[in-house]
Amino acid sequence: MTAAELPALTISELQPLLRGGAVSPGEVVDALQSRISEIEPQIDAYIALDFEAAKHEANAADLSLPLGGIPIAVKDIISVAGQRCTCASRSLSNYIAPYDATLIRKLKAAGAIPLGRTNMDEFAMGSSTENSSVKITLNPWDKSRVPGGSSGGSAAAVAAGAAFGALGTDTGGSIRQPAAFCGIVGLKPSYGRVSRFGVVAFASSLDQAGPLTKTTRDAALLMNAIAGVDPQDSTSLPEPVPDYTQLLGREIRGIRIGLPKEYTTDGIDPQVKAAVDAAVTQLQALGAEISELSLPHTEYAVAVYYVLATAEASANLARFDGVRYGHRTEGVANLVEHYERTRAEGFGAEVKRRIILGTYVLSSGYYDAFYLRAQKVRELIRRDFVEAFKKVDLLISPTSPVPAFKIGERTADPLQMYLADIFTIAANLAGICAISLPCGFATSESGTQLPVGLQLLASSLDEARLLQVAHAFEQSTDWHQRRPPL
Amino acid sequence: MNYIAAIGLEVHVQLKTRSKMFCACPNAYGAPPNTHTCPTCLGLPGALPAMNEEALRMTVLTGLMLDCDIADVSKFDRKNYFYPDLAKNYQISQYDAPLCTNGRVPLHDVAYPQDAQTAIATSGKTVNLVRIHLEEDVAKSFHFETTTGIDFNRAGTPLMEIVSQPEIASPDEAFAYLTSLKQILICGGISDADMEKGQLRCDCNVSVRAATQAELGAKVEIKNMNSISGVRRALRFEIERQIALLESGATIQQETRGWNDDAGETFLMRSKESAHDYRYFPDPDLLPIATHALLADVRARVPELPAAKRMRFVEQYGVSGYDAGVLTHDLAVAAYFERAAEHSPKPKSVANWILNDLQSALSAAGISVGDCPIPPEALEELVGLIDAGRISGKQAKEVFAEMFETSRPAGVIVKERGLEQVSDVAAIEALCDNAIAANPKPAADYRAGNAASLNFLTGQVMKLSKGKANPQIVTEILTRKLKE
Repeated sequence: MTAAELPALTISELQPLLRGGAVSPGEVVDALQSRISEIEPQIDAYIALDFEAAKHEANAADLSLPLGGIPIAVKDIISVAGQRCTCASRSLSNYIAPYDATLIRKLKAAGAIPLGRTNMDEFAMGSSTENSSVKITLNPWDKSRVPGGSSGGSAAAVAAGAAFGALGTDTGGSIRQPAAFCGIVGLKPSYGRVSRFGVVAFASSLDQAGPLTKTTRDAALLMNAIAGVDPQDSTSLPEPVPDYTQLLGREIRGIRIGLPKEYTTDGIDPQVKAAVDAAVTQLQALGAEISELSLPHTEYAVAVYYVLATAEASANLARFDGVRYGHRTEGVANLVEHYERTRAEGFGAEVKRRIILGTYVLSSGYYDAFYLRAQKVRELIRRDFVEAFKKVDLLISPTSPVPAFKIGERTADPLQMYLADIFTIAANLAGICAISLPCGFATSESGTQLPVGLQLLASSLDEARLLQVAHAFEQSTDWHQRRPPL
Repeated sequence: MNYIAAIGLEVHVQLKTRSKMFCACPNAYGAPPNTHTCPTCLGLPGALPAMNEEALRMTVLTGLMLDCDIADVSKFDRKNYFYPDLAKNYQISQYDAPLCTNGRVPLHDVAYPQDAQTAIATSGKTVNLVRIHLEEDVAKSFHFETTTGIDFNRAGTPLMEIVSQPEIASPDEAFAYLTSLKQILICGGISDADMEKGQLRCDCNVSVRAATQAELGAKVEIKNMNSISGVRRALRFEIERQIALLESGATIQQETRGWNDDAGETFLMRSKESAHDYRYFPDPDLLPIATHALLADVRARVPELPAAKRMRFVEQYGVSGYDAGVLTHDLAVAAYFERAAEHSPKPKSVANWILNDLQSALSAAGISVGDCPIPPEALEELVGLIDAGRISGKQAKEVFAEMFETSRPAGVIVKERGLEQVSDVAAIEALCDNAIAANPKPAADYRAGNAASLNFLTGQVMKLSKGKANPQIVTEILTRKLKE
């Protein structure tokens, strides 16, 4: 094994090398640094990188810990003490987090080394990472295309071997959709499974942080480190955390998987549909029992999402006013002008659009018609899943109706962009867990190979079973072993 | 034309919790600026609130003390507005599901201003409440010449808002309402409720209308009062101002006015602005609160309230209703009285000593009963000495003065000063015999019917005893001997 080959390894392949002394944590960081310096100019996945600090931590790494000496890339929305946390926004371009998010504290306690801040849509608002105020990240499989979003930097880095694994956040699909676009595994945990403390809030009742990895086993390993209740997050769930690797490798015979008929809409790209159909057949061959069922309120999910998520965001983003930290305008005559100019300069167009939307739906006279009604429909959507999971153990769908689209293709039409999340949003509204994993490729007009993602969904706190089935599928195919042509 | 006023009070109370409402920072006054802060109360990106359960319990306890309905399920909402003292630019507060609704504050006579106690229009009145809710306090702004500094030590400390119905009819009633409320809050250990320290803040809504008119007049809100008497003065001024306006044929505008205590007048702060839209919505960071889990614990904490204490003092110690009111007006005085009166055979005398000599000595010295140099047990001893006839009432005053000065026990002072009265009958009889023998004429005069001569002879005996003989016993013995 040469140093140049190290970055292509999965976490679970790297672990025995580190523990056996074949490589040192310092060598791992060095190998990653040279890979990143080669790849980064091609894909622009990172906003910031501090190899010196990472080497410092690598030298002190405790290899007896579960993730001892493993560098993990972090989406630029998760606080790491002493590192910039800009959310890819001008409004926080100079903000350095003075504290660790709970999941970072846990990740460090498991021995991992946070290395690098990955690019994203500003404040996680977007599905292509084009809404970053810093740079546009390119899809490693086709550099004319987006990596998906909002955790596009994390997904691109992992897919390109520029990170062993990464953390992202998922409010409406922001882990799963870029994982699908980049041909890797992305897990959105159940709401409350991973503490949100220290994760800059976009929509508090929907946000969840989770892993983006090369394999399902790596996702389980990261989940083992970051999951669990947190007294600083009242919405975190108190249930004990299982070993998420426990069920990996167990056969899935008899597991019931539901195919929601609402997710077989006309808008699905035929190549995506073919790949997902093949995956269903494959799962059947592995012994899963496939049945069709209905999630009757699916058609309302996108509308409900854009009412609730923007409402919460309009309050969550109010704190970025330049009074205590972050971008602050100069030369203003009064307080109102300070707020107006600071925020006009600090936020990008999509963020402003959502703040305005959210402010509107909460306004007196509109609250009942929008916010309150959306809450009621959200409850109906949640119940759809409760009913479905009485009949089946898991649900299956494409992660995205289309493979990675071209840069700039959808920026002019926000609604088209919003519809890219049509299959992922409901999991956030229902608070359940869901995973995206590679299930094939689509061939673009120019002949490039574009990964297709398969989404599996399970009821709240059923991550172990979700990973079991995903792992069984993954191990029966070789999609996860394909690497982009960089 | 007769006018009537309708006053509603919104009282903000700082809760005496150890930590802030949503983080572990200390809830303490007076530290250097921005030293009691953390990511949560500074509103840093990613920080979340975590509920201080004691703040919930204190609010529910207040609700129970004030006879409120406690919500089965309550929740917190975000109140959205921009201001530099509000770290997140939204305040975590309660909108449509407050912890407590309804309830009442009983006004008792002693709670009225002293100069108004003889003319209380509606003795025994209670003022109904609308609601009590819990919210986080904002930071404090300090305006300098060209800049404004913000101290976030206060940001995120628990603040309880108690809203009354507009049922308060006069400035005196408002005074009694605040005094009674303050007393109950102190009694429950909720707050020290000191207005000058901002622990209790009060906004007044006041409207005036012709006595013949049913619906309320336009509401004027007054802010900035920093004492209960200031509230009374502000309301007096404002009611007169509004009456004068009505008399002149003008209409009252809905507006917010400030109180300038030095000038003794209210001034316009802002006229009715376009109604502020706070865009309240449930805070997704906090779970709804089921109060039943707290209630058993909190019920056990409901203390004896001032009204119940008053009644018990009358029954248990035989003091008058008025005296019981004064004794229970200040919880510390009530506790002092109970400790002094508990084992005393003369609890009424103990009460009199506290209400007269002790209170005036304390106020002359400018100290509170908590720092009283005479421990309650020592006062009980003093009253015991008088009761046993060992010192006279006049001597007791001297002894009291020295006790207050030196904190030494009454018995020691009496002994040192040789004040103890001689009540030994045999010794006094001998002195009486001497006095009669040495003053045959007055003795004869008395026997002849001149009653005044007895006083002279008593004086002689007292002189012989160097003032220590119990004058009552002297008179008895002399009377008996002269009749022999």
